[in-house]
Amino acid sequence: MITLERRPGPSRFWTAVTPLLAVVLTMVAGGAMFAILGKDPVVAIRTIFWDPLFHPDFAAYSRPQLLVKAAPLILIAIGLSLGFRAGIWNIGAEGQYILGAICGAAVGLGFYPTEAWYVFPLMVLAGGLGGWLWAMIPALLRTRFNSSEILVSLLLVYVAQSILSSMALGALRNPEGGGFPGSRNFASYPSGANPELVAGTGLHWGVAAACIAVIAAFVLLQRHILGFQIRLAGEAPKAARFAGVAPDRLVVLCFGISGTLAGLAGLFEVAGPAGQISIDFGSGYGFTAIIVAFLGRLNPIGILLAGLLMALTYIGGELAQFMLGLPSAAIQAFQGMLLFFLLAVDLLSNYRPRFVGPRRPA
Amino acid sequence: MTGLLGGIDPVVLVASLMVAAVPIMLAAIGELVAEKAGVLNLGVEGMMIIGAVCGFVGAVETGSPLAGFVAGAAAGAGLSLIFAGLTQLLLANQVATGLALTLFGLGLSSLIGQGYVGIKPPPTGDVPFGPLAGIPVLGTILFDHDPLVYVSVLMVAAVWAVLRFTRAGLILRAVGENHDAAHALGYPVQRVRLLAILFGGAMAGLGGATISLIRVPQWTDGITAGAGWIALAIVVFASWKPWRVLVGAYLFGGITVLQLNLQAAGARIPVEYLSMSPYLITILVLVVMSADRGRAALRAPAALGRNFHASR
Repeated sequence: MITLERRPGPSRFWTAVTPLLAVVLTMVAGGAMFAILGKDPVVAIRTIFWDPLFHPDFAAYSRPQLLVKAAPLILIAIGLSLGFRAGIWNIGAEGQYILGAICGAAVGLGFYPTEAWYVFPLMVLAGGLGGWLWAMIPALLRTRFNSSEILVSLLLVYVAQSILSSMALGALRNPEGGGFPGSRNFASYPSGANPELVAGTGLHWGVAAACIAVIAAFVLLQRHILGFQIRLAGEAPKAARFAGVAPDRLVVLCFGISGTLAGLAGLFEVAGPAGQISIDFGSGYGFTAIIVAFLGRLNPIGILLAGLLMALTYIGGELAQFMLGLPSAAIQAFQGMLLFFLLAVDLLSNYRPRFVGPRRPA
Repeated sequence: MTGLLGGIDPVVLVASLMVAAVPIMLAAIGELVAEKAGVLNLGVEGMMIIGAVCGFVGAVETGSPLAGFVAGAAAGAGLSLIFAGLTQLLLANQVATGLALTLFGLGLSSLIGQGYVGIKPPPTGDVPFGPLAGIPVLGTILFDHDPLVYVSVLMVAAVWAVLRFTRAGLILRAVGENHDAAHALGYPVQRVRLLAILFGGAMAGLGGATISLIRVPQWTDGITAGAGWIALAIVVFASWKPWRVLVGAYLFGGITVLQLNLQAAGARIPVEYLSMSPYLITILVLVVMSADRGRAALRAPAALGRNFHASR
């Protein structure tokens, strides 16, 4: 008989080890899933986790993709993690990502074809602002009217997707695109583009922003009073109230930060790797970032590593699709599975399993 | 009114909103039971879409819609079992686990549904009421539907009766209001919650199967399109009262049908703005219902979203 005993505080050892354990368990369960799909599990796992980095033929192409895919994930996850720590659930980052892209792209397209140094900085500002505004809707509805920020932020994703298709088909459509949906491509507008900064690395401004966000979040949580308040509100809400932490202010701040970062991620994506506003621009980064935030233990350094790992599964998934014919949905299920295992093994950091013999009658 | 509605027949509108409301009503009444037991399962969307795809596959493979509905409910319950294991045995955070369920469900469903895109499922016939269906107005509204319309209303009635009049319902509510007290009285908190979660999963799965077998009827990726999240909002709208789930679902069904009709009638509002209206209205309703802080807090089950761990 096994019973669980609550630890006085989370175990540092298990907090560090559980994400690795979860990844290993996911590989085992994912391998079983791939076997059911009729693929060799060992080959599939190797194709996903090893080949993108070390395969002699593909690595040159896929290594730069690692940073391209990891940047938006890390940027969004850093913002989400602050709120998650405080028990504030912004799960609509996908919508804020889309709105950031739309607002930023609209500013850029408005300046077209002016070539000037200030176009891209203005687009960045507009992107962040767009994400911030979209995040303020659930935040203010929560603080003013007590509406569940979980449901409102999520429902707004569907609204954002409708706006996106309306923009791709209407206001932002390329006037020279022959009636096809989608905006002008930023690749052909140097002032508004977010290009690869160092050829062959995948490094673009979004990657730089993600690094800055990681450092800023680390400093915020370790050294700043706001970071302390966020942690306090999550771990001991009553004590936080006594310590003078205003819950409403925290909701607005956490939503503001995560919305801005998601909006920035969207802008960097639309001006760089994606290139244009199109109907299928929303690629689910906002949802995958939730997994990244948890996998990284809501810790900035952890999120950096988790973002890279999750980017690897994206690229490896594409490679497996190409080489083994593994359906792309399998990777999505694989990523979801990772979150399950993570939550399951999390038990070990908060509780101590005890093996107890059968009880004897007194 | 005729200007706005164009040529839409109000009787047909009412009849079709009752059909449109079924998936959400089923999912919402299931979630209501889980929440009454103190469990916040945000995985409704994931359970619905798994129910949708398994129901579809089941119906196509056996040729029987009934088998499809059973398969859908079973699949929804199966997925909810993962949620139950994680939150009840392994004490995982309910919000995060629910999100995981939805993310996993969306991926798995499109994996299962791969070979089934573009196929027609076996048709589900209407319940034969004979001459009753021929009554003008009332016949169209009440006696001319597929069986799920009646099942959903019966489910609401059954949940209401069980929660209100039976001992089992009393225990379920006690567990949801104060799990420590319920435990002290000797009620098996975790077992009660497990059953409530399974019921919620089965209802969400059945609702999902209704979408892919009756509403649409075919299989495409992401077919539920947020219906699970709207069901969660309807539980709040209903203030955790079964009959109000029915009202909320019909209200929502009405909006959906109206905007679809306006799209078809070629209204001057762009299609994208019409299709976002159900989500916007859901948000609006949510805001209105939760605006009164004191009362909203009183209506929600007190132990909602909190995990139970018996220290001894």
